[in-house]
Amino acid sequence: MTDMTDHPLLMPDARTKARNAAERRFRAYGLTAITLALAALVWLLVSIFSAGLPAFKQTFITFPVTLDAATLDKSGKLDPVEMAKVTTIGYGKLIDKAFAAEIEAKGIAHEVKPKELGDMISEQAGASLRDMVLANPALVGQTIQFQALANGRIDGYFKGRVTMETASRDKNTSPEKLALADKLRDAGVIAVKLNPGFLTMSDASDKRPEAAGLGVAILGSLYMVVIVLCLALPIGVAASVYLEEFAPKNTFTDIIEVNIANLAAVPSIVYGILGLAIFINFAGLPQSAPIVGGLVLTLMTLPRIIIPTRAALKAVPPSIRDAALGVGASKLQTVTHHVLPLAAPGILTGTIIGLAQALGESAPLLLIGMVAFVKDFPGLPPQGLFDPAAALPVQIYNWTQRGDPGFVERASGAIIVLLVFLVVMNAAAIYLRRKYERRW
Amino acid sequence: MSVIEMKLEREVAAETIKIQARKVQVHYGTNHALKDVDVDILSKNVTAFIGPSGCGKSTFLRCLNRMNDTVASAKVSGSILLDGADIYDPRVDPVQLRAKVGMVFQKPNPFPKSIYDNVAYGPKIHGLTRSKAELDEVVESCLRKAALWNEVKDRLQSPGTGLSGGQQQRLCIARAIATSPEVLLMDEPCSALDPIATAQVEELIDELRSQFSVVIVTHSMQQAARVSQRTAFFHLGHLVEYGETGTIFTNPKDPRTESYITGRIG
Amino acid sequence: MSIGLLSLILLALATAGYLVARTRAVASAGGDARRLHSLPAFHGRLTAMSVLVPAAVILILWLIFEGFAIRGAALSQLKPSDVPDGSTMDLIMSDVGRIADGLNQLEARGTELAPLLASPDALAAALKDVGVAQGGAPTPDTILAAQASREALRTSRIGLSIVTLAAAVAGLVLVLRRITPEFRARNATEALSMWLLIGASLIAVGTTLGIVLSLLSETLHFFRLYDFRDFFFNLTWNPKFTGGSDLGIWPLIWGTIYVSAIALAVAVPIGLFSAVYLAEYASKRTRAYVKPLIEILAGIPTIVYGLFALVTVGPLLRDWISIPMGIGNSSSSVMTAGLVMGIMVIPFVSSLSDDIINAVPQSLRDGSLGLGATPSETIRQVVLPAALPGIVGAILLAASRAIGETMIVVLGAGAAAQLSLNPFEAMTTVTVKIVSQLTGDTEFNSPETLVAFALGLTLFTLTLCLNIVALIIVRKYREQYE
Repeated sequence: MTDMTDHPLLMPDARTKARNAAERRFRAYGLTAITLALAALVWLLVSIFSAGLPAFKQTFITFPVTLDAATLDKSGKLDPVEMAKVTTIGYGKLIDKAFAAEIEAKGIAHEVKPKELGDMISEQAGASLRDMVLANPALVGQTIQFQALANGRIDGYFKGRVTMETASRDKNTSPEKLALADKLRDAGVIAVKLNPGFLTMSDASDKRPEAAGLGVAILGSLYMVVIVLCLALPIGVAASVYLEEFAPKNTFTDIIEVNIANLAAVPSIVYGILGLAIFINFAGLPQSAPIVGGLVLTLMTLPRIIIPTRAALKAVPPSIRDAALGVGASKLQTVTHHVLPLAAPGILTGTIIGLAQALGESAPLLLIGMVAFVKDFPGLPPQGLFDPAAALPVQIYNWTQRGDPGFVERASGAIIVLLVFLVVMNAAAIYLRRKYERRW
Repeated sequence: MSVIEMKLEREVAAETIKIQARKVQVHYGTNHALKDVDVDILSKNVTAFIGPSGCGKSTFLRCLNRMNDTVASAKVSGSILLDGADIYDPRVDPVQLRAKVGMVFQKPNPFPKSIYDNVAYGPKIHGLTRSKAELDEVVESCLRKAALWNEVKDRLQSPGTGLSGGQQQRLCIARAIATSPEVLLMDEPCSALDPIATAQVEELIDELRSQFSVVIVTHSMQQAARVSQRTAFFHLGHLVEYGETGTIFTNPKDPRTESYITGRIG
Repeated sequence: MSIGLLSLILLALATAGYLVARTRAVASAGGDARRLHSLPAFHGRLTAMSVLVPAAVILILWLIFEGFAIRGAALSQLKPSDVPDGSTMDLIMSDVGRIADGLNQLEARGTELAPLLASPDALAAALKDVGVAQGGAPTPDTILAAQASREALRTSRIGLSIVTLAAAVAGLVLVLRRITPEFRARNATEALSMWLLIGASLIAVGTTLGIVLSLLSETLHFFRLYDFRDFFFNLTWNPKFTGGSDLGIWPLIWGTIYVSAIALAVAVPIGLFSAVYLAEYASKRTRAYVKPLIEILAGIPTIVYGLFALVTVGPLLRDWISIPMGIGNSSSSVMTAGLVMGIMVIPFVSSLSDDIINAVPQSLRDGSLGLGATPSETIRQVVLPAALPGIVGAILLAASRAIGETMIVVLGAGAAAQLSLNPFEAMTTVTVKIVSQLTGDTEFNSPETLVAFALGLTLFTLTLCLNIVALIIVRKYREQYE
């Protein structure tokens, strides 16, 4: 160190070189870590979006169907009760016949057995046609242009999920049917179109992924988020105001504080157990009901609202309180007139983020029976809150448990819907924060 | 003004130029913090930088061991030569430079490690010692030089953060001289200390002069007068006046220096 | 009277009370509001609150405990002989519930109930007509029980209406009578509000109590049916719904720990290095973009990660690693779940560590850099040791998060409870088994179902300990530099 050659500063020694190399390696580790984390994010999103986007399109088969009065309205009186006696299967047969006739009329040659032609159409088609006729009995006797959902395998073929090779091993379809589907598409009978039904229809049974929609799940999730908002926001703000502005510093309030911090970190599934034990077994509320889901999510969200709310209250400078108290306002007036309005942006931001978490939560809902297959839309609130419903994240889980591969596409599509809701909520929170945040 | 008179009589050692700064400019973003500073810092001398807050004296000090490199927005131009070599030459490694130009900060900042490890940190990272025994020796001699040895020799393994403020600052000085630097930069080393600790550190600075050239930034004119041989007065980013301490304090050439010393600005 | 109507009446009473009290207060001061101790609005608010608060408390408590009374009324009509072999009282009771429900619907349609109540067969047909699902066919006793429960509900609702309305009116009258110019309505309102605020903060304590009590009581119930020694020391997990199950917890604990360990092995290095880079090297701009991007990972719902594990990562690992190397053929495996969970946990490690590293005072960095240490030496030897307690806290929180995570393991780890070291085999965790034992139609009297509560209690205790230790460490750390 003491050897003073000409300009030792200009000639880095071996040790310094080694140390600088270590420095570069260390930085590289950091960059690699960040790259890995971001790559994981991109991988996750790309994988979900590529699997899910096709769910928003659907293959439809359009052909004329004659609504034969002899089959559909035997009494001839257009009496809805009598007409309702014709089942979905009756309508299905009508559709199959019309489809076969259409193929013949277009002069399309094919090798599919006549009996199996109907398999190309979704089993849902009969039910849709029946609903259509029952809603409008005047259609009976007319020939209408009917747009039927294609069977999931045909749909999968146009989306690249099903190939000739897999079809030859699949008892639900055959290469001949796929070949026919190609010809029908060229003839304009089959087309892949946007599918608004994915957002509005209710769930469908195991055999017909093409008909499954998110309507009930979106409505159920909406009900629950509204319940959480109506309960967790006032209770959370009240609790925060007490703890931050009024509570004396003693062991009891200390316990409440530690307790809230801990509740925020309790695994969500534990809240599901709580809901099952208290709301369903003890209080006797119905399973699968949005009210129970909403209550469970409220308990889970409360600490997640209280923590940011308290931070927002804490950020309001004491000088504001002193000013209000100084002109003779009571403590409660000081808080409601001055502190809360100033803390409102922070409280709102925290609330929106808490709601977003509640919207995406699935584990506790599994335990309170929300995995059940729910076909009917819940009624209007308040009574509808007690009807069975699904929820977006649980609907996704539900679909992953089904056998037909078409449901994976549906589940991924549902995730896109869920993520869109979350992005909107978080963007709102960020916007609020940017716009109203003030630094003291 | 007895202190000043004592100062006048103190002989100024035969000088060689240790650091030569020419036309040094510093910008922090759009803020022009230092304008055309020319200074020659002599070896085996204490040089004091004085001036009102924000005058650029600390900024200049941080240029001398390139601590400004750690501030992303800082831009330094001009030349600063250490023993004739430009320390801003791209071939110069700031890490090696800082081993030669040590620094003591305003607030005592011992690492949250033991007293021993605090002092041994520099020699360890620069690989200055070959054995544990040699390191022990370095630690002891540095603590002795920092006049701390007698107070801490029985508790070398206790944390450095547990010492009193004055002891912490002396520990930081011991830590800085453990890499055997040639120049020691001190940025208001006594501003966080009480008068007794300040006196101890000042005494120490005077002793360190025999081995290092010391540059000290201070707010206190009395302190500059007590410890330094040469003084530079900074004002609004300019070096207003630089010369022997006695001359600056008794016979300033520039009216701004006079105003500051007599307490009219600052 | 329905609950909705009752609530509306209460609201109307409160509004009326508010208006009347305001007027009365002003009138009592001879029309000069300045003579009042409290503003007229406070008199109004106090009245409205005195109407609503007691009535609402009664309403809520009544509804919670009503279920008990109704169940008791129905049970009193049933004899042990009503329970056929292979069925349970719970099943019969759910039949009773469905019959009562159906009867309500029939009544709402205006159907004559008397002939149906006399004939179980006719009732069964009528119920089918309104679309009420049937477990067992109605028997005379279940019909009686259903009627009894309907009767009890009707009585309970009448009682509820009377009691809440009485409370509301009492509150209204009491306050209105006290209105004088000197009446300290503001102080009274604030005292009452304070109790509401305290009540709100007690809900958090109530939640914890509810969790602990429900877990404890059902766990005790479980240990009465199943020996706790077997639960804690048996090494096999093999529930059979026909009875004679092995319910040893160790395979589940092992799976949980294994998955979490892999998750942490992924998340800790990536999270920590990211945090160090962002805090110490990255420019402000980079930091402003990259930090929120990494935090997106924490905002994505876990079901998304679950699906990612199921359809992307699982098959990838199976086809490229486990099958070629001959170490497994299942797409759900400890490795799948662990990797995906690791990705999820990265921001929990990185964000908190980043905050903690930033809290290390700049003077320490200056001290080290001033001695000629390189930035990485400064980080490794000064910054990280100073931040260590906080980072440990962050990692513990991440671990607790991993242990309690459900959806990723449900979809990614598999369901086979086994003690194996091979990470490419399917294993299962505590949370997976809680889900599988508690979903579907559950009866709360078999050990196979109740074991879920014991598992829940284990999980709760485990995460509670981790959380508390982590919180204490982080809090201590913050104080050190404040």
